[in-house]
Amino acid sequence: MKLLEYQGKAVLAQYGIPVPRGTLVTAGASLSGLVFPAVLKAQVLSGGRGKAGGIRIVNSVAEAQAAYDAILGLTIGGYRVKQVYAEARLDIAQEIYLSFTIDRSARAPLLMASATGGIEVESLPESGMFTAHVPPSLGVMPYLFRAMRSKLGLPKEVSVQVEAIAAKAYELFRKEDAELVEINPLAVLKDGRVVAGDAKVTIDDSALYRQPEHEGVDQDWTPLETEAHEKGITFLQLDGDIGVIANGAGLTMATLDVLGLKGGRGGTFLDLGGTDDPEKVRQAFHLLLKAAPRVVLMNIFGGITKCDTVAHGVRQAMEDQPTTVPVVARIKGVNEAEAKRILRDAGMHPADTLEEAAELAVKLRGSP
Amino acid sequence: MSVLLDRQTKVIVQGITGHQGQFHANAMRAFGTQVVGGVTPGKGGTEIDGFPVFGSVREAVDATAATASTIFVPAPYAKDAAVEAIEAGIRLLAIITERVPVHDCLDLMPYARAKGCTIIGPNCPGIATAGEAKMGIMPNHLFKPGRVGLISRSGTLTYEIVNELTMAGVGQSTCIGIGGDPIIGTNMVEALDLFDRDPDTDAVVLVGEIGGTAEEEAAAKAKTMRKKVVAYVAGRTAPPGKKMGHAGAIVLRGRGTAESKQRAFEAAGVRVAAYPREVPTLLRGA
Repeated sequence: MKLLEYQGKAVLAQYGIPVPRGTLVTAGASLSGLVFPAVLKAQVLSGGRGKAGGIRIVNSVAEAQAAYDAILGLTIGGYRVKQVYAEARLDIAQEIYLSFTIDRSARAPLLMASATGGIEVESLPESGMFTAHVPPSLGVMPYLFRAMRSKLGLPKEVSVQVEAIAAKAYELFRKEDAELVEINPLAVLKDGRVVAGDAKVTIDDSALYRQPEHEGVDQDWTPLETEAHEKGITFLQLDGDIGVIANGAGLTMATLDVLGLKGGRGGTFLDLGGTDDPEKVRQAFHLLLKAAPRVVLMNIFGGITKCDTVAHGVRQAMEDQPTTVPVVARIKGVNEAEAKRILRDAGMHPADTLEEAAELAVKLRGSP
Repeated sequence: MSVLLDRQTKVIVQGITGHQGQFHANAMRAFGTQVVGGVTPGKGGTEIDGFPVFGSVREAVDATAATASTIFVPAPYAKDAAVEAIEAGIRLLAIITERVPVHDCLDLMPYARAKGCTIIGPNCPGIATAGEAKMGIMPNHLFKPGRVGLISRSGTLTYEIVNELTMAGVGQSTCIGIGGDPIIGTNMVEALDLFDRDPDTDAVVLVGEIGGTAEEEAAAKAKTMRKKVVAYVAGRTAPPGKKMGHAGAIVLRGRGTAESKQRAFEAAGVRVAAYPREVPTLLRGA
């Protein structure tokens, strides 16, 4: 669950990290209350907001109104700007980078900091980057900050503030079940204060049951992806025209890959997961058809999920809502013969191997 | 004994009275596993399908001398169940549960390591030694005893590939489903090392997917091994920034792409199958 900048900053503030005073601009009326110069920022989850014109400095209500109207109409990284956040413009002397992420290989939180921030982390020079793993059972020990201080070479009055902010960011990272807390830039102001210029916070989806305040944040999902999420179906829309449905994340990815090798392009990633409920299959299939594929490619390896369970659900879905979209089904494993019979009777195209199924799906799609 | 698990291993099931736990305890027994009992807090002293049920792991271990446990409890309780097992002396733990919070795994994994307990998972199909024993949910009928080890981040894709191996007459020693989460108890390099030291394994199949750098690290490890390693990587067509079902399967900031993994494998002399079906062919090839 990614948080928008203003939501991320609200969480930072909860943990005592200084953030600029800001307000979410929802209607033209609230623009008159701004203190100028101000900065208006598009609230979208994708990066590159500045380049796309989503961040503008304004000096009057009239300028703010014009900027607000311009930003609200923008599409950045494929997503329409629905919200604009206004802040007092910061008088920045230096931009620092600070983040906590999870290092899979080390199985530990990773602290990263650099005295030159403000640009995307991958563009920052590696030589200037301080990185350190934090033992989860111990937290950030003082020696880590001593090491960070000597690496970053910041003046004492700045480093004291940076360290206090880092300690609070780590507390947030752990207590809020965050996968990422990134403050970039962490701004050193001309008056000497250090404040969070931006905030990227991602909360672990698996922990939302104990972080209910972050539930329901708008994600960068399509309407169908949102519907799938509400129904508990693992579903993504891709840019091809062949609807792919399989069971298991790895197998669904492999099905898309084989389709790609055979000259097709998947339009959906639909992972049925392990289910023994035909109703869930029926719902998933309806969702798949809503994505308007030209052909459906189904690949089921039955183990926990019985092949005939899936076949029943699919047949039910096709009876509810007859479709002319051809369905190619490769179905293997427990109760395979029965499943194939059901699917053939329902007018689907059975295939024995994944390659065969992918080739057939590409053929049935016809020329694009 | 192949790796980690054999027919001598005494296994308990935590969450045995749940739907999944009960079903798979039976399937594990049918596979040949010595399932010596189960644990459900509050249900100690009862029995289910002939398995004695204990109220705590300590009681189960004292009564049965179990050294391994398979965890089927819901995600919010998985960390607690795992620590309880480790404290009771369990040495091998398969956590099947999906959606365990990543911070719980950050706490758990270094702790298990310090205590000398090997964790497989979470969010995994478990581990199976063909013809001997299994812990977890892999379908029983797929396996054929033999000398190829398998390591996979995925579930059904593993079954697909094991099936291809069996159909091609290539038997397996042990299959380890290491799990699809970012933080897992046994990673690819560690699993490779187990197979490298196993006298019953001649070659290893790695089934990877996009996200993270586990495959790149495994490639470096494979280069040091005398045993043959072949690989399959899922997600070549996955768009960046999208979580492909598994919490760990995501290309972030250009890192963790299938191309990067394929390049790393090829540079290490590990051949990468384009189709799951090619895996047995690559194993046999010179």
